[in-house]
Amino acid sequence: MIQEVLISLNNGFLKTLQLFACTLLGAIPLGLLIAFGSMSKFLPLKGLIKTFVWIIRGTPLMLQLLIIYYGPGLLLHNNIWGGGSEGRLIAVLAAFILNYACYFSEIYRGGIESIAKGQYEAGQVLGMTKTQIFFRIVLLQVIKRIVPPMSNEIITLVKDTSLARIIAVYEIIWAGQAFIKSAGLIWPLFFTGLYYLLFCGILTLLFGYIEKKLNYFHQ
Amino acid sequence: MPILEVNNIKKHFGKTEVLKGITFSLEKGEVLSIIGSSGSGKTTLLRCLNFLETADEGSFSVAGKTVFNAADTSTLSEAEIRRNRLHFGLVFQSFNLFPQYNILKNITLAPTLAKCGTPEEIDQKARALIERVGLTDKIRNYPCELSGGQQQRVAIARALAMEPDILCFDEPTSALDPALTGEVLRVIKDLKSGDSTMIVVTHEMEFARGVSDKVIFMADGVIEESGTPEEVFGHPKSEKTRAFLSTSLEKI
Repeated sequence: MIQEVLISLNNGFLKTLQLFACTLLGAIPLGLLIAFGSMSKFLPLKGLIKTFVWIIRGTPLMLQLLIIYYGPGLLLHNNIWGGGSEGRLIAVLAAFILNYACYFSEIYRGGIESIAKGQYEAGQVLGMTKTQIFFRIVLLQVIKRIVPPMSNEIITLVKDTSLARIIAVYEIIWAGQAFIKSAGLIWPLFFTGLYYLLFCGILTLLFGYIEKKLNYFHQ
Repeated sequence: MPILEVNNIKKHFGKTEVLKGITFSLEKGEVLSIIGSSGSGKTTLLRCLNFLETADEGSFSVAGKTVFNAADTSTLSEAEIRRNRLHFGLVFQSFNLFPQYNILKNITLAPTLAKCGTPEEIDQKARALIERVGLTDKIRNYPCELSGGQQQRVAIARALAMEPDILCFDEPTSALDPALTGEVLRVIKDLKSGDSTMIVVTHEMEFARGVSDKVIFMADGVIEESGTPEEVFGHPKSEKTRAFLSTSLEKI
């Protein structure tokens, strides 16, 4: 029985990892675009982006998940996600990526705005372009500053993936819960906590390592 | 022909007129010191020359070629500004070295991005510049491992790497403790013999007097007095100059 539970939980956890990795892959670059938008000098764009970030950060992720998945079908009579598990997965990822990109964007913005004006000016008087200044001078300094707040968000994401369960995406919580009905076992659900704990432990070590790696310079 | 001609530069921030029409010229190889109390517009003038601020009125030219003209929008486009600002180099009060790069990379970064030669040429030139400012033993160190004076010497080498026609210094020793100002001033003094054209905004009166070919005293956004160091320091004509000099040379 134990073996059966572990196999099932491992499968569920693989899906959790997939949700986690795909969300990061989408939200990290999208967040940067949103951050640039929220710092834009073109006021309508800035206003639009700020409103969007307000809505996303101001409502529960679970609600966003439900609206994104059920909304198109119920409101527009056009279920763009299809019926299968594939469609549910894509809907979940869309919700997660949008949500996390908004949180990341604020962290990026804080990081970018904290870089001293002199760094930009030094690049300018040396004849660098704006793009060169951002990627060659500013970016690594921003990364160094945002590692602690980003690690916070990313560790939260590990656990937020469990919300996917409410639109029936088969992840580890679902896998553990299934044993209550099928075999009357409650411990597999509790046991899923260990998976999260272990994975977050690994992430904590990883972020500690990155912080240490970037400690060779001071701003 | 003068290397630099500045014509009637005006600049205001909000309602405050910071520069009220600045006109001067500079010959190749000359060292110009700009002195004056805080808020007189010295730094703003330097920033206008380096395109960090855009002057509202006026123009300036380098070796006869107009590089900025407030009335001509073609000198104001971004690409044009990037080309033209390389006539000038700027050493900041607060050094502004790139913290994530070692000393060598700080100096080679801009020439590499601008493709000013092969990597070997750029590297060789950077090493020669580092030797010139006396920091060969620090070539692999990071800025945070250097003293303020050493950082400022690196900043000078970094500015020289782009071979500006005119090198500007914005109060290069004001962020340093007195023990470290000497080494930076010595480096600047040594550049003079290398016939670089320089503009130095400074509070170091002894230095301005000893090194400059020309001194400008600014007060309230205008050039109150200008001339040779002997004229300005020895026989100041303006009342304001005399008042300024007597307070700054006052021994406490």
